[in-house]
Amino acid sequence: MIAFAVPFALWLTAKLLVALGLMLGVVLVVIWMELKWSAHIQSRVGPWYVGGRWGWAHPLAEALKFLQKEDLVPDDADDKVFRLAPYVMLAGTIATFVVIPIGPSVVARDLDIGIFYLLAVSSLSTLGVLMAGWSSGNKYSLIGGIRAGAQLIAYELPLVLALVAVAVQAGTLSLTGIVAAQATPLFHIGSTGISLPFVLSGQIIGFVVFIIASLAELNRTPFDLPMAESELTMGYVTEYSGLRFSMFFLGEYAGMVSMAAVVSTVYLGGYWLPGLSNDLLDWLGPFVLVGKIFFIVFLFIWFRWTWPRIREDQLQQLAWKWLIPLTLFNIVATATLKVVF
Amino acid sequence: MTQLDGRGIVEVSDGGVSVELKGETMTLNIGPQHPSTHGVLRLVAEVDGERIAKLEPAIGYMHRGKEKLAEVRTYAQITALINRIDWVSGFANEVAFIRAVEQLMGVEPAPRAQMIRLILTELTRISNHLVFASSYPLELGAFTPLMWAFREREHIMDVIESATGGRFHPNFNRVGGVKPAAGGGKTQKKVSLDLPAGFYAAVENAMDRAELACDELDDLVTGNEMIQMRAKGVGIISYDDVIAYGISGPNARASGVPTDLRKLETGLLPYEGIDFDVITRENGDAFDRYLVRILEIRESIKIVRQAIGSVPDGPLQAKVPRVLKVPPGSIYVRAENPKGEMGYYIVSQGGRIPYRVKIRSASFSNISILSKVAVGQLIPDLVATMGSLDFVLGDVDR
Repeated sequence: MIAFAVPFALWLTAKLLVALGLMLGVVLVVIWMELKWSAHIQSRVGPWYVGGRWGWAHPLAEALKFLQKEDLVPDDADDKVFRLAPYVMLAGTIATFVVIPIGPSVVARDLDIGIFYLLAVSSLSTLGVLMAGWSSGNKYSLIGGIRAGAQLIAYELPLVLALVAVAVQAGTLSLTGIVAAQATPLFHIGSTGISLPFVLSGQIIGFVVFIIASLAELNRTPFDLPMAESELTMGYVTEYSGLRFSMFFLGEYAGMVSMAAVVSTVYLGGYWLPGLSNDLLDWLGPFVLVGKIFFIVFLFIWFRWTWPRIREDQLQQLAWKWLIPLTLFNIVATATLKVVF
Repeated sequence: MTQLDGRGIVEVSDGGVSVELKGETMTLNIGPQHPSTHGVLRLVAEVDGERIAKLEPAIGYMHRGKEKLAEVRTYAQITALINRIDWVSGFANEVAFIRAVEQLMGVEPAPRAQMIRLILTELTRISNHLVFASSYPLELGAFTPLMWAFREREHIMDVIESATGGRFHPNFNRVGGVKPAAGGGKTQKKVSLDLPAGFYAAVENAMDRAELACDELDDLVTGNEMIQMRAKGVGIISYDDVIAYGISGPNARASGVPTDLRKLETGLLPYEGIDFDVITRENGDAFDRYLVRILEIRESIKIVRQAIGSVPDGPLQAKVPRVLKVPPGSIYVRAENPKGEMGYYIVSQGGRIPYRVKIRSASFSNISILSKVAVGQLIPDLVATMGSLDFVLGDVDR
């Protein structure tokens, strides 16, 4: 038993470390991209010196800076919850990657109920935010945390309903299955099969709604209400410093990457690219997926540096008056088309 | 609909069903250190959830004793003090004061200097409004307008610096005129004792850039639905409240009060020959206050373009005695500062220093409305209202 268990544990640890390293690597690149793109949007240069060229090492330098800061826990804080909150937030976003396929046969775990799992763990990050807000012993943090909770009511339903339509069209809840469904030819021109990602084959409403709802889930502008720097100083992270703050920071960007990975898998065809065989995609798939992730992340960054923040009640109105009816319509339309064709 | 009665905030739904949301209120200290209080304003808010039940501005964190300091300084030294009151529009602060002293002394300033004062005042106004137009979206959560507007504002700062030697605190006015050329001393002797070469071209260029900034802000901010969602119908100040609270400047004009001291107080600066409109709006909400300022930038650009064509030749300085002695008497002079009415009440008992200088600053009166409009608002609306009043703490506390 033990002879078997040890290699398995080692193998698992190795896999985990590689996966974590890859993901954090992508996250660091995304942080750098945000610094650079926001700079160019604002006619600035952005990071320039660190690392010699284009300031590529800037996120690493910032991480080092955070490491050196004092780890403060306020007197009034609920100590244990306060310390745990950043990790809950980070864990939720990283756990998403378990079901994201990065190649036809490269996936950590192809769950049959992939979408359910996805929605369950991606909501965990809100729990982290709530914990941070509640335990900080700061009124601004508290308001920020409660706002995050209220925000959940607005975006979670459109998020789920948008994915329902995808599940109907694909006929499966497994993410590998969803990518496979997008790779299946829709129609033929001559002998060439034409296959389209879901965003081009009927799910455009779902795509838009999902992007809006995921912005709300990620607390990104225009829905960065829990942070709301100009209103709540820094919202739920007001009292955090040093490494714990950087965990929140990382969690935010890891959340962006994971949400972008979900969007690209579900709507943009994930690792799949037309004209590439499955053998090739096992190697090229990760790069294709990362390319699509970067595209979605670019959208997120673009929105953030263009738009202001809206109010909590306006978010609720947007969600309940527009997004949910739209997704319901989308489900009906998708189901009807599915039956007709 | 939200109403406030004695017990707390009552939510009245459209159907007429009254649901009482009554909980413990909590006291939220907004400031003195807070990103959107423009420095060290402190607002003691009693909030029920996010809704504000009571709000009390606590000021004085930036009291620098300007009025007292002015009592022990000569008139020429005081200009250096008072351009730090509202540091975003330093030059405009100086002009009203120096005009007051000139009128007390009976000195007629040089016409050329008057026109240069007018140009620089309007440049200051544009610069101030650009700061507002960039920082207001920041309070609503949009970062990019800040950078775009500041980029164009830099051209105006360059022009002001080239003429006066200072970007924020020009200290350019003297009794009887303006200080010729930047600097003095041995190395500066060769500098021409007038505006620098290429000044008018630089101003023209800066005006083009400011116009560009307005166009960009219109694209990015004014037409943005989310900005309108956040700012329209928020923090409405009625016509009567403007009068009752002594609100002035763009804040008053946004509520439909057509007060503009550039038109009313003739004789301070030569505005008579210049064709410009007083911008007013009717709604009096945060969005109108934003819009008035954007439109005023365009008006000021118009003014500057007319003024640089009509600067008369002549000396920059009228004949004044070497030692300034102001005869006994008192005077109140008010002028249109970018933020509103800036007034100086000067009492002289003769001699080189004033007996008393009372400074009436625009921001102080403008933020006094906060405790009235904020009641019943949400915290995000409070920030939207506060930002739209465009105050500077140095101007509030002096």
